[in-house]
Amino acid sequence: MPKRSPPGPLEYLRRWPMRLWLAGVFLFLYAPLIALMAFSFNDSRRNIVWKGFTLKYYEKLFENSALLEAFGNSLTIAAVSTVVSLVIGALAALVLWRFRFPGKTALDGALALPIVVPEICMGVAMLVFFAKVMPWPQGLPWPLNLGAIIIAHVSFSFPFVAVVVRARMASFNREMEEAARDLGAGEFRTIRDVILPHMAPSLVAGALLAFTLSLDDFVITFFTAGPDTVTFPVKVYSMVRFSVTPEVNAASTVLIVLTVLLTAAALKLQGNPAATAGHGAGGGK
Amino acid sequence: MTKPIITFENVTKRFGKLAAVDNVSLTVNEGEFFALLGPSGCGKTTLLRMLAGFETPTEGRILIDGQDISNTPPNKRPVNMVFQSYAVFPHMTVADNVAYGLKVDRVPKADRDARVAEALELVQLGGLGERKPDQLSGGQRQRVALARALVKRPRVLLLDEPLSALDAKLREQMRTELCTLQEKVGITFIMVTHDQDEALALATRCAVMSKGVLQQVATPSDLYEFPNSRFVADFIGQVNLFEGVLAVDEPSHAVIKSPDLPVDIFLDHGVTGPRGGTAWAAIRPEKIELHKKEGDEPPNLGDCPKGFNAVAGVIKHEAYLGGSSTYEVEIAGGRRVKVQRSNLTRWDQEDFKLGETVWLCWHACSPAVLLS
Repeated sequence: MPKRSPPGPLEYLRRWPMRLWLAGVFLFLYAPLIALMAFSFNDSRRNIVWKGFTLKYYEKLFENSALLEAFGNSLTIAAVSTVVSLVIGALAALVLWRFRFPGKTALDGALALPIVVPEICMGVAMLVFFAKVMPWPQGLPWPLNLGAIIIAHVSFSFPFVAVVVRARMASFNREMEEAARDLGAGEFRTIRDVILPHMAPSLVAGALLAFTLSLDDFVITFFTAGPDTVTFPVKVYSMVRFSVTPEVNAASTVLIVLTVLLTAAALKLQGNPAATAGHGAGGGK
Repeated sequence: MTKPIITFENVTKRFGKLAAVDNVSLTVNEGEFFALLGPSGCGKTTLLRMLAGFETPTEGRILIDGQDISNTPPNKRPVNMVFQSYAVFPHMTVADNVAYGLKVDRVPKADRDARVAEALELVQLGGLGERKPDQLSGGQRQRVALARALVKRPRVLLLDEPLSALDAKLREQMRTELCTLQEKVGITFIMVTHDQDEALALATRCAVMSKGVLQQVATPSDLYEFPNSRFVADFIGQVNLFEGVLAVDEPSHAVIKSPDLPVDIFLDHGVTGPRGGTAWAAIRPEKIELHKKEGDEPPNLGDCPKGFNAVAGVIKHEAYLGGSSTYEVEIAGGRRVKVQRSNLTRWDQEDFKLGETVWLCWHACSPAVLLS
């Protein structure tokens, strides 16, 4: 058997101190999550000692109508704000990518503002906005009563979409667009057949970002939510204020599984060679 | 054969204050392989893009088949383009790429499939229709771009630097293929290139541009042998330019006196330039003969009086290029003259050595006289 060469400078995995370090990092990252998930199956009111396996907290979870309603609210808000963010974000990205106009740099900077402004400031700003400037009418039927939260969520998640889409468009070969025009396609047909397919992976990534940002946002939602518009994170928070019950663990586990599945699905979509081929084949230059 | 298909009428294109194309009038005839040649930034690509419809002229008109298309959008023009980056759609298969233009034109599927197969066959990509562009080599992707444009049966095919992205060997091969292809389909080709070899090898006629202005439109051999300006003489191939004064200008002969040369240049034809005015004699390196210096008697090629067209010098630099060798010979006064000599036999390259004193001479018909 040939003797293995000594590990190269970047072959961290072949040096045992690095492996140990890596294990430490993983432990640090995932141990709390695993503990949380494990204790959701613990047959005990207290979260300290393992008493035995049970699914009763999941049953309780699905009987807790307030929590379910909050969960439904969260999903609705996330879905709507994702769609709206996607449209606004993609359009903003296209404008910034495609055109030159006075104030472009300013707009570019302003677009990144919701990303860098502390969430608490955004939350307070939203509170003031909906209290003083444009009060959202009370007592509207579901899901219209979620309007204020949706608007707040769109305002902080569409810049993420814009940033992702714009980064993707930077790799677009303008000759591709011209080729479509040259072959007889009109403006809209060109957008549909050439620009959108190139943009697609970034739309998926942007949507995923927007959805997860909205789903787990607490601070801004807390400031914009009314008594009858509680979202899942806000509800969990209020439950924790009394005690961390396995019910909360169960609810969190459901949320984690949901997010992981969603991410996996999005990654699989992005891994589709047809969607990403533009990287290699596009620019001859 | 000389039916005009494309006419540029006093076309100017300005970007801000800069005139990328400055008052160009040009006619391209049906069936030609026309090359727009010039250094980068000379406006040749802008001219092509105006023809394709991606730019509109600031002034002037562009006619195709007598119809003014200056403001027609690109998707409504009877021309198709092969882009420099090929711009093959990465998310479509080869066949879908080629079919795209027909699909947009709503050509029925059966007809479409037949034409796509035919076009792929034409560019020797038969059987690769189901591949994705990222599974193709650069040369193959260019063929897809060619097929995609040709399948639309355009009146004119535009090629933007078609060979620049290929390696030397493939470039050679594609040159021949482009020529054959053009003969086969009989479509007018217009090519933009900065590579003079490419233009000379492919085109039936070339337009040389510089700084937005059309310098000369001629066949490749006319461009090389009868350039109309110093720019063209210098841009196309190698040249020795001697600035001087037109001392004699008769219908039968002319003489140019150049301060750079110890002898005068004799020409066996009249120039009809301003007597006493500045003129340039352009002599190509391969048109200068090298002779061993044996005695002080200069060689005479028999077509000019004694004392003209022969000058002694010392070989200061030599480069063996296989098929030929080039020399730089320093003549009295310090000017270096480029000379090219074919290696006709296997011992030719040993004839002249660095530091040797030699005679340079040329025929009276060899220099091209330039007045600008």
